[in-house]
Amino acid sequence: MFRNNYDNDSVTFSPQGRIFQVEYASEAVKQGSVVVGIVSKTHAVLVALKRNAEELSSYQKKVIAIDEHLGLALAGLASDARVLSNFMKQQSLSSRLTYGRAIPLERLVSSIGDRAQTNTQHYGKRPYGVGLLVAGVDETGPHLFEFQPSGMTQEMVACAIGARSQMARTYLERNLEKFADAGREELVKHGLAALKESLAQDKELTVENCSVGVVGVRAEGAKAIEAFKLYDGMEVKQWVDLVAEGNETAEGGMEVDS
Amino acid sequence: MAAMFSQNPLMNGPNYSFNQAPTTASGNKQHGFYPYTDNGGSTLAISGNDFTIIAGDTRSTSGYNINTRYAPKVFKIGGTTDSQDDATLVLSVVGFAADGHALKERLDAIVKMYRYQHGKPMSVKACAQRLSTILYGKRFFPYYVTAILGGLDEDGKGAVYSYDPVGSYEREQCRAAGAAASLIMPFLDNQVNFKNQYMPGIGEGHALAEREKIPLPRNEVEDLVKDAFDSAVERHIEVGDGLLMMIITKDGIEEIFKPLKKD
Repeated sequence: MFRNNYDNDSVTFSPQGRIFQVEYASEAVKQGSVVVGIVSKTHAVLVALKRNAEELSSYQKKVIAIDEHLGLALAGLASDARVLSNFMKQQSLSSRLTYGRAIPLERLVSSIGDRAQTNTQHYGKRPYGVGLLVAGVDETGPHLFEFQPSGMTQEMVACAIGARSQMARTYLERNLEKFADAGREELVKHGLAALKESLAQDKELTVENCSVGVVGVRAEGAKAIEAFKLYDGMEVKQWVDLVAEGNETAEGGMEVDS
Repeated sequence: MAAMFSQNPLMNGPNYSFNQAPTTASGNKQHGFYPYTDNGGSTLAISGNDFTIIAGDTRSTSGYNINTRYAPKVFKIGGTTDSQDDATLVLSVVGFAADGHALKERLDAIVKMYRYQHGKPMSVKACAQRLSTILYGKRFFPYYVTAILGGLDEDGKGAVYSYDPVGSYEREQCRAAGAAASLIMPFLDNQVNFKNQYMPGIGEGHALAEREKIPLPRNEVEDLVKDAFDSAVERHIEVGDGLLMMIITKDGIEEIFKPLKKD
């Protein structure tokens, strides 16, 4: 009948070796609006589609700046993302305080991975219902990581999570080879183009529903970094207009059949 | 201030932080750990109409020794980047350098967290109150420092807040702290607040009228700071080497370094 015998808590395996509570948490990620991340040799960008509950309400925040050298985009339960981003903020501050150094991205992402994993192992706890894309720069250059409620984390070249994100991923896969050498502006353009792919028919990108986060290195291998900056509202107009008027911007590439 | 650092009441004659008590062996040797030292130096802050200047010498001492000729006592607080380019507040700490450094790190982390949680930089007024609670939090094992916090208030006017080691604080026009505070403060009273200055040719006794108080322009305040330190360097052995000034305006924080006598 239903799978209901083995999905009451996150400490019970099903006979097939699955933990249904964790899989349900992954469903929560798919309910969230889409976010896209791309990384090149010099920059990492996050692009997010914000949603408003109703016409009169504000748009839910999707991109959060964590520290000078990194930020994240979320899909799923925003309150769970706040818990995780607070934790990340504290970890990166304490790294700077005790070691006088910016925390390496991989360490930070693993630490939230460990936290999420713990929640799938103890009775009474529940998995986080949020997926994250973490973009940043550390001593080894720009990085993009994906985080899932199961505790799984992995480094990506480009990634999209959230509702209808498959369309965005298809775009990213088709343009994959362009990303490595792309500059900052180009990367944002690709991000927004990917976002546009996964929009519902009657929707379009506007300054209200877009968020862009950018972080990068100033020069190749240089220590000086371009600090993570979140662009919202009118600050994204330049890019939104660019992508809105025609997606065949020079390299054209991707065709959209209606 | 220096007196409170001394472990020996006999040495309260000359105002130095190092121990001058004779070290003759008499009876059983007593061991103890004293968690504080004084690293000398002096700081100074003056607020103007639309700016605040906070300055400190860069010498670090222990006893008659110089640890380094360049150890800043003045710090930008609460910026979003490592370089603190977008900071709006400045903290100066003088006294025990380790405590001063710890206090600065802690305040910086707190102000950064405030910006993260509220999405805007912290006001000087709020930061001043918070710094007081941080200091009082160690009421029974104090940070052995005299702190001065500077910035611009909500109206864009210069603001200076001065503290004692356990968090008592007030907003002031100007304040000197540290080893040479007693040398600089009277000079400031006279030159910034025009104390004991009267209108010329007005007579004596009840006829005396105080000189009108006007806010000083920035270039004059800078000159006052330099003169105050040049003067202190001459008369106090713990002050010298370099002068680091931070000037807070609506356009950001400007840093000026000026060499002082190294003797």
